Amino acid sequence: MTPDYAGLFSALRPEISLVLGALLVLGLDLTLYRRHSPGGRLQLALWVGSLALLTAGFQVWRAEPGTVFGGVLIIDQLAMASRLGVLGLTLLTFGITQGSPARRQPAEYVAIMLLAASGLLLMAAAQQLLLAFLALELASLSLYVLAGFDRTRPESAEAGLKYFLFGGMAAAFLLFGFSLVYGATGSVELTEIARQIAAQGSNPLLVVGLVMVLVAFGFKVAAAPFHLWAPDVYQGAPAPSAALIASASKLAGFTLFTRLLWPAFGAAAGSATWLNSGAGWFRAVAALAAVSLVLGNVAALAQTSLRRLLAYSAIAHAGALLLGVLAVGSAGPGPLFYYALTYGLATVGAFGVIAVMETAGRCERITDLAGLHRRSPLLAGCLAIFILSLAGIPPLAGFFGKLTVFSAALHAGGIRSPAGGLAVLAIALSAVALYYYLMVLKQALVAGPADGAPPIKVPRAATLALVTAAALIVWFGMNPSALLGLF
Amino acid sequence: MNALPLLSLIIFVPWAGAVLLACLPRLGAPASRALALGFSLSTLALTLAALGSFDPATTGYQFVERHDWIRALHVHYHLGLDGLSLLLVLLTGLLSPLCLLASWRTVAEARFFGLLFLLLQGAALGVFLALDFFHWFIFWELSLIPAYFLIRLWGGPGAARAGYQFVIYTIGGSAFLLLGFAAIFAATGSLDFVELSSLGATGALGGKLASLGGIWPQAVFLGVFLGFAVKVPLFPFHTWLPATYAEAPTGVSMFLTGVMSKMGVYGFIRVLWPLFPGPLHAAAGPLLWFALGGVVLGAFAAMRQTDLKRMIAYSSVNHLSYCLLALFAVSVATGSSRPASEAAAAALSGTLLQVFNHGISAAALFYCAGVLESRAGGRRGLNDFGGVRSAAPVFAGLCGIALFASLGLPGLNGFVGEFLIFRGVWGLAPWAAAVACLGLFATAWFLLTFWQRVFHGPRAGAAAGPFADLSGLDFAVLVPLVALMFLLGVLPHLLTGLFNPLITSWANHLVLP
Amino acid sequence: MNLLPWSIYLTMAGALLALAGGRRSAGTARWIALLTAAGTWILTLLAATRFVPGPGLQTLVDVPWIPAMGVRYHLAVDGISLTLLVLTGLASTAGVLFSWNIEERTGEFFALFLTLVAGVYGVFLSADALLFFVFYEIAIVPKYFLIAAWGSTNREYGAMKLALYSFAGSAMVLAGLLWVYACGGAHGFSFGQLTHAAATLSRPGQIVVFALVFFGFATLAGLFPLHTWAPTGHVAAPTGASMLLAGVVMKLGAYGCLRVALPLSPVAFAYWQTPIAWLAVTGIVYAGLVALMEQDLKFVIGYSSVSHMGFVMLGLAAANPRAVSGAVLQMFSHGVIAGLLFAVVGRMVYDRTHTRQLGDLRRMKLYRLVPFATTMFVIAGVASMGLPGFSGFPAELTILIGTWTAAPLWAAVATVGVLIAAAFTLRAIQLGFFGSTGPSSASATDGPGLHAGSAPHLSPITWPEKAGALLLVGATVVVGLKPDLLLDWINPALQSPLLQAVLKGGAP
Repeated sequence: MTPDYAGLFSALRPEISLVLGALLVLGLDLTLYRRHSPGGRLQLALWVGSLALLTAGFQVWRAEPGTVFGGVLIIDQLAMASRLGVLGLTLLTFGITQGSPARRQPAEYVAIMLLAASGLLLMAAAQQLLLAFLALELASLSLYVLAGFDRTRPESAEAGLKYFLFGGMAAAFLLFGFSLVYGATGSVELTEIARQIAAQGSNPLLVVGLVMVLVAFGFKVAAAPFHLWAPDVYQGAPAPSAALIASASKLAGFTLFTRLLWPAFGAAAGSATWLNSGAGWFRAVAALAAVSLVLGNVAALAQTSLRRLLAYSAIAHAGALLLGVLAVGSAGPGPLFYYALTYGLATVGAFGVIAVMETAGRCERITDLAGLHRRSPLLAGCLAIFILSLAGIPPLAGFFGKLTVFSAALHAGGIRSPAGGLAVLAIALSAVALYYYLMVLKQALVAGPADGAPPIKVPRAATLALVTAAALIVWFGMNPSALLGLF
Repeated sequence: MNALPLLSLIIFVPWAGAVLLACLPRLGAPASRALALGFSLSTLALTLAALGSFDPATTGYQFVERHDWIRALHVHYHLGLDGLSLLLVLLTGLLSPLCLLASWRTVAEARFFGLLFLLLQGAALGVFLALDFFHWFIFWELSLIPAYFLIRLWGGPGAARAGYQFVIYTIGGSAFLLLGFAAIFAATGSLDFVELSSLGATGALGGKLASLGGIWPQAVFLGVFLGFAVKVPLFPFHTWLPATYAEAPTGVSMFLTGVMSKMGVYGFIRVLWPLFPGPLHAAAGPLLWFALGGVVLGAFAAMRQTDLKRMIAYSSVNHLSYCLLALFAVSVATGSSRPASEAAAAALSGTLLQVFNHGISAAALFYCAGVLESRAGGRRGLNDFGGVRSAAPVFAGLCGIALFASLGLPGLNGFVGEFLIFRGVWGLAPWAAAVACLGLFATAWFLLTFWQRVFHGPRAGAAAGPFADLSGLDFAVLVPLVALMFLLGVLPHLLTGLFNPLITSWANHLVLP
Repeated sequence: MNLLPWSIYLTMAGALLALAGGRRSAGTARWIALLTAAGTWILTLLAATRFVPGPGLQTLVDVPWIPAMGVRYHLAVDGISLTLLVLTGLASTAGVLFSWNIEERTGEFFALFLTLVAGVYGVFLSADALLFFVFYEIAIVPKYFLIAAWGSTNREYGAMKLALYSFAGSAMVLAGLLWVYACGGAHGFSFGQLTHAAATLSRPGQIVVFALVFFGFATLAGLFPLHTWAPTGHVAAPTGASMLLAGVVMKLGAYGCLRVALPLSPVAFAYWQTPIAWLAVTGIVYAGLVALMEQDLKFVIGYSSVSHMGFVMLGLAAANPRAVSGAVLQMFSHGVIAGLLFAVVGRMVYDRTHTRQLGDLRRMKLYRLVPFATTMFVIAGVASMGLPGFSGFPAELTILIGTWTAAPLWAAVATVGVLIAAAFTLRAIQLGFFGSTGPSSASATDGPGLHAGSAPHLSPITWPEKAGALLLVGATVVVGLKPDLLLDWINPALQSPLLQAVLKGGAP
């Protein structure tokens, strides 16, 4: 096997564009724009960064499908879609960054976001354990910094530290798990691992490795019971960082997770039905999903902080996404991708609204939203779309995400299987979830504004991002086949 | 004549009058009264026109109008007139204008009163002419609404409660009536009284209902029975009646007792009896006791009353129970081997005469009570008066005639009906006739008490002061009624001629299916 | 016939226009809403004149929507849906007229109002269960905001309770539908495909699935004991919204039961028939008794709605063409009558007197102050009692006839409900509008004292109120006297093979 560096370079052109973009942002900021106001510097950084994202997007679009560099990377439908999704969500995050409170080093902030995005792009395409780990770490380290970026706010520092500690532990688990898998199968290539597992069957070493990997991913995607960092990070991190953590990073994370579980460990899935018991990750993932669904939805009921509420809802959605992972075996990655992307859109949008509101005043508690319909009808309308989509109300995209995932899960093993039972549980919990989503909307759309709350002016870029996200949610809802038809 | 939908006109002209009144909100009181009276009189005029071409010898329906209406329920707009209907339409036509006259001066908001009254009159006429359950029931139920408001808005202090009781009792009965007909339709697919009667006569109806099994065939009968029994009212379903009659304004009391209570009797004769000859025969034994209860206890209850209006109300229970007594007696005898058609014919024609006569005499009595009440400033206790005869001799005379007509004095109208009933019942169920005699005595007792306490003796109570005799208006109401009492007392065949062939045909077909 | 899908699109467009118009002035939004609602209603009537009744759904639009799941954008109409479409047009037009006095956030109010209406049109036109569900949810969400933002008594509680019940119900429906779809191996969500798929499930499976779907829909239809959202929701809602709520939204549930749930599994229906019927008659009687005790006039009407919807559910449970045709007729009838009752109480009375307590109202003797409102309430009340001449009578009669055929006992108990309905309606009329005459009042022949006493001044009834009320009264009388107008549409529709599998007894 001769290393095909040209092919590798060609496949990595999107990531390279992003890194170059990041460097350009930093360079321009240090040289030409040094004396400008922070606002102007941010503007420039975002323009350059957006350009880099668009370039990367163009290159992803043009990329040739197939495996690269001997199977280290795979460019298939899922990778393409998920990379485009990551880029799009990052672009939207840029838009809301424009609307969020100004911070001291705008260029660095944008540059790190670009780096995070390049890590996420790699994750979406990785097909080898080492590269996967590297990509994950690149993305994670960038996200730790982003979470703690607001040095003026202690909450932000706490968020950064907490995220870092939990993330570091997850990385340790992941690395340990990967090494055990390597030990058991003698390979880091996912295709080779799959062959080995199929040949030798179950093996204690492999099981331990698999459990480690599951734990690590549980941390990454904030699935209960490994969710403890999520509320604090969502609460403390700057809004755009939180948006990125909740959207693009989740999309890429689930892409990688799926790739790891199904093509590689597919043979170790275990049976999909209750009756035929056998060890396998299927049940472990099902258990994670169940705990996340219940805990996320129930804990969200008690929240008074808007961001913590979104965090718990994220946990609940992680449970549903895990259900989507289970269904990949029978229905392909379509439902999962659709869910993850549309969830990302809604979450970016929700954090975008929070970002804009924080610029104008306070937006911590749910009650701070009171009178939003007066203060800014645009924000209120967009928030309604995002929240209703999260709640899964048709004809918004969130509903079809749930619909396709649950239906795929039921298809996977019938009503008596763990997946089927979980689907019913998830449907039941979605009625519970409606309560806390409506509590948010009640403040935004029904309650009157507090005395003296001024109207909110929404920056143009933020407007564009929010309206785009809302329009996409509506569009994907009206026309789910636009995404589902990809697979 | 057939080109003109005479029966529809009879029903809808009063309603047209009501609509007209509703559309003229600025009409003054005198004009409203005149307009209402005019439309009310239309019934009498149209009925007399119908009488001209009515052929008593035909036992079927005449002036029939039948049009498709609701295909999904096989409902037809079906009207028809026979001797029975004619009698009741005539009664309504006679009484309604008098009721309006009775309320001529005393009623505020004359326009609204006239409007409601015309609605009520039209609904009552509809009940007597409709031959399909669907719109028969429309008229039957819709008559309650104007009646309720007439009682509620113009009634005495207890009118709210009385009106509520009246409507709830009656609707309660009607609800079961409705259920019964729902069941009948489910079994036969028809709601037409004529078709159902022929099914009932052959026993096909009973057979179809019997397929339900269990207690349900009887339940259907019971439902229909309850609807009518409350309306008449048959003892012990009469408890709504005294309060309602007593609280209603005079003109409305007259209509309630004169016409609306006849709707129940009409229902028994037109619907229950032909449709359920078998079940009625089976139940008639116990039912006779109910009717006797009405006759006897009604009379005794009337004896205990000190409120004149309540007393007359109870006497209505007593008088109407005679009608049912006769009908049940006929039903008991149905199918028995004894040749009883002559007695049955007597009982049935007595019943119809009683229906008409009671309408006239009870209306007259209520009017007299109203006169007393208005002269006494709202008091109407038996002991609030004394010696009225010397204060108002003309009034005393006319009221006395009405009392004796009600009591059944020969020569006045009440006698003929009661006599025929007793004769018929004696031939069919002698013991019942014997028990009913108790009622006769009690009736005589309380009516004479009324006569004596109020009109005789020294002037006392309300009559102690100035007590005006009858005005022209009072004459206009009382004189036609009293004249009819004499006329029908002397020449009962004026009425019996209208329905005798019908009665004979009924009496000759007293067989159980 | 292809006019009908435009009822959805036009109403949706009207919602957006009203939102935009509301930023200019309240009046603009009102007129846009009125034109939209009335125009759409006329559209449904036009379509109705060209409608040829027949068994089965007549397709209007049918294109693939989500090919991956076999979902189609399939709009179709039959006599049942046409009846309800006409009702929706009528109720929404009247609803707009009775919302004329909304001054705050007018544009948003009518936007939500019309969105709800568009969803309702969509539900009645859907021939694909998933599309049905999508429109169903579109209709539910605006309710919450309409009540929470513009409502009265205890509005946030009422709105949330209503929303949660509705969503719990729809979650059950979704679970059931997906279950059938996924586990039965269906290739799409058309009603026929689902029935087919359901037949492949085991009997217990069918029973559970049927229960999920039926009771999910029945929640919105106010079936006892799932009805508790209805009175509080109705009471809290602004007048226009409670008219829609009682008028058409509760019908969504009943329509779902009829269109989606009943044909799903004849086996399971046979299992559930008796419990459903008993719940329905219990609801009729229980809600009636509660209405008899209530002191708040709007609660009385709210419970009366539950009682009347009990008749609809009873008709469905009796499951013969006669009873079901009566149930559909009752849906129409109740939509009109309940709408009128809520309009009188909510708009004509409450907005003027600011109280709905019978204890307060009886002292006011409203018949002297607002004779028009009184007349309308009496007419609506009389119609609601099921008195003949109004639409409630042929409906209840037909249901009773059909139920009698199925099981006489149900019909007998339901008849008690009719009696209770008469009692509570009369009580409401009496206490609410006529007060009670004390012993000191005029003597028997003194007349009613129509002008006695000094009255507080109440603003006169406005033209939109009169127009709306007369519209509804006209509808109930026309249908009451000529139910064939609707039955001629409904009865052929019941001959469709899907329904015939469940409905016993052939042609009505």
